[in-house]
Amino acid sequence: MKDQLQYQGTENYIVSDDLRNSVNITVALKRPLLIKGEPGTGKTVLAESVATSLGLPLIIWNIKSTTKAQEGLYVYDTVQRLYDSQFGDRDVSDIKQYIKLGKLGEAFASSQQVVLLIDEIDKADLEFPNDLLWELDVMNFYIPETGETIAANHRPVVIITSNAEKELPDAFLRRCVFHYIAFPDKEMMETIIRVHQPDLAERLLQEALKAFYWLRSVPGLQKKPSTSELLDWVQALSIAGIHPDKIVRELPFLGALLKKNQDFDLSLRQLHSRGTENPARATSRGW
Amino acid sequence: MFINFFYLLRSEGIPVSIIEWMTLMEALEAGLAGSSLTGFYFLSRAILVKSETQYDKYDQAFYKYFKGIESNEKMLDLVSKWLENPLPPRQFSEAERDELLKKLGMPDWEALKAALEERLRTQQGAHHGGSKWVGTGGTSPFGHSGFHPGGIRIGGDSHSRSAVKVAAERNYREYRSDKTLAVRQFEVALRRLRQFSTRVDGAKDELDLEGTIDATCNNAGRLKLVWTRPRRNAVKVLVLMDAGGSMTPYARICNQLFSAVHKASHFKDLKFYYFHNCIYDFLYLDASCNPRQAVNTESLLRTLDGDYKVIFVGDAAMAPSELFMAHGNIFWELDNEEPGIVWLERLARRFPHSAWLNPIPASHWDTMYGQQTLQAIRRIFPMFELTLDGLDNAVKKLMVRK
Repeated sequence: MKDQLQYQGTENYIVSDDLRNSVNITVALKRPLLIKGEPGTGKTVLAESVATSLGLPLIIWNIKSTTKAQEGLYVYDTVQRLYDSQFGDRDVSDIKQYIKLGKLGEAFASSQQVVLLIDEIDKADLEFPNDLLWELDVMNFYIPETGETIAANHRPVVIITSNAEKELPDAFLRRCVFHYIAFPDKEMMETIIRVHQPDLAERLLQEALKAFYWLRSVPGLQKKPSTSELLDWVQALSIAGIHPDKIVRELPFLGALLKKNQDFDLSLRQLHSRGTENPARATSRGW
Repeated sequence: MFINFFYLLRSEGIPVSIIEWMTLMEALEAGLAGSSLTGFYFLSRAILVKSETQYDKYDQAFYKYFKGIESNEKMLDLVSKWLENPLPPRQFSEAERDELLKKLGMPDWEALKAALEERLRTQQGAHHGGSKWVGTGGTSPFGHSGFHPGGIRIGGDSHSRSAVKVAAERNYREYRSDKTLAVRQFEVALRRLRQFSTRVDGAKDELDLEGTIDATCNNAGRLKLVWTRPRRNAVKVLVLMDAGGSMTPYARICNQLFSAVHKASHFKDLKFYYFHNCIYDFLYLDASCNPRQAVNTESLLRTLDGDYKVIFVGDAAMAPSELFMAHGNIFWELDNEEPGIVWLERLARRFPHSAWLNPIPASHWDTMYGQQTLQAIRRIFPMFELTLDGLDNAVKKLMVRK
């Protein structure tokens, strides 16, 4: 444990104790860390912070709905090879030059240990995580075209984020260390804002936080505002010089917090009918 | 070690596997818990629990298992030396505890203090796993990581209380939602509902191999790539869900199906409507069956093609009048001129690919309340249980014309 890398958090990223624990467990056990949480709780930024703190380079693999597991390992550019064979530009018998390593392959082949962020793994197809199981487990893969095996020189620190749009397969989960980033409470949020906006007026901050948490408690919002939106909003409020008293009463620049029309109407209706003192609870209706 | 904790977690419904358990053992070996209960709490949670919806169950199990471990800040330098290099915390099951409790009884405080003084005078060095001396992992009244019904904990994990307290706070209660557990399984079943065809729209981003070979040959052997549109799923789905009062007991499983259907992104089109007990002139957009948020069943029949696959979800159990009589709607103000069964037959004619999922187990279909209407509806639509197997069969049925 002593000579292990230890993640301590970084200046511009506030990390809770249990999250820091989870990261250190991941590093020590050399297993992927699966991070889940509401959008805007800083899942992606965590990887940057870990990389900075450990002093390792960061490789980001952004997952899209069309991403295939294979692409992360390597791509064999057959078309280029065919072209080359016709024009005789290069020696096409050397297949190696047409093998391009993907992000995962890059992380394995790197001469030093890296932090690999697999961002939003739930965007991909249902089977995607299963396809990566073996490679993440043994940290190597085989390229049949060249007969090469790419093995990790140093097991990368793998951080995987998920927005919980899809359930991940059990076999995949079993091999991960899991951490759920809970939405920050008021005090934590205050610290976070202080880090980003050190010279914000105290009154403004308090009122903005009050309004923000009230807004999150409005039942039936399609998209609850998150940390990054709050940061934008607070900045807008302070630039425009809005009087703190107005914030809770009028919710100025609401567009910075809410991104959906229906949410807009809903929260304004709530505001006018009940005010922010009494956040209404959802009444559950039977089937 | 802790093996009972493992089984307790499993009995609480957290699907801990051997792989994860071994990982935890490895982590403990590496000292990642930092010999504190708090450390252990977060460590084992990170490794064993894979969804925030299970955090609450974990907290409960943890509390059940570790409650009673109290912290006591009485530290004696000398004793703490004996307590270095402790045994791993020994865990006692409820039964073991009771047995010990019976055996040892509750000592009174004065006697205990006297005994401790005596031990401190006579004990020469570290002593672990026993039942008398100050040490760790035993049943002696003095030391830590062991158990004694009324002992004095000396040293050890001073954080222990906080972990148990954290667990007892049950901060993750609101994340608990048993409904997400089987969504993935439903989703996988729904994936079979696909039908590839129509290359009408979409980007040409797939290599047309045949076309490429032809074009290359025509091009005197010079490579010429031909691209084509990928085959897309053309399945269109219409889900009609009963939101009536008798469905309330099945709300959870209906929720699962609802989530699964909505997550299934491979349908070309998905429409979701609700009805109350039976279908009449209107279908509703939300589960509350608010008449202001309704569509005409007739216009639905007119606008939707017959190639929609229709999944009904409902218990099909109602008063016979609701199904067979004109003006039988349970909502008086929504008078229906035609009986519900006419509407159902109409839907069945319009959509040849349809299936009815019933949350009531099939074994009760012949005997339960409402079996008369259930049987009648069963004659119109193929009916399946709303279970994974039932959904599988329903999907198979939906892929062929009835």
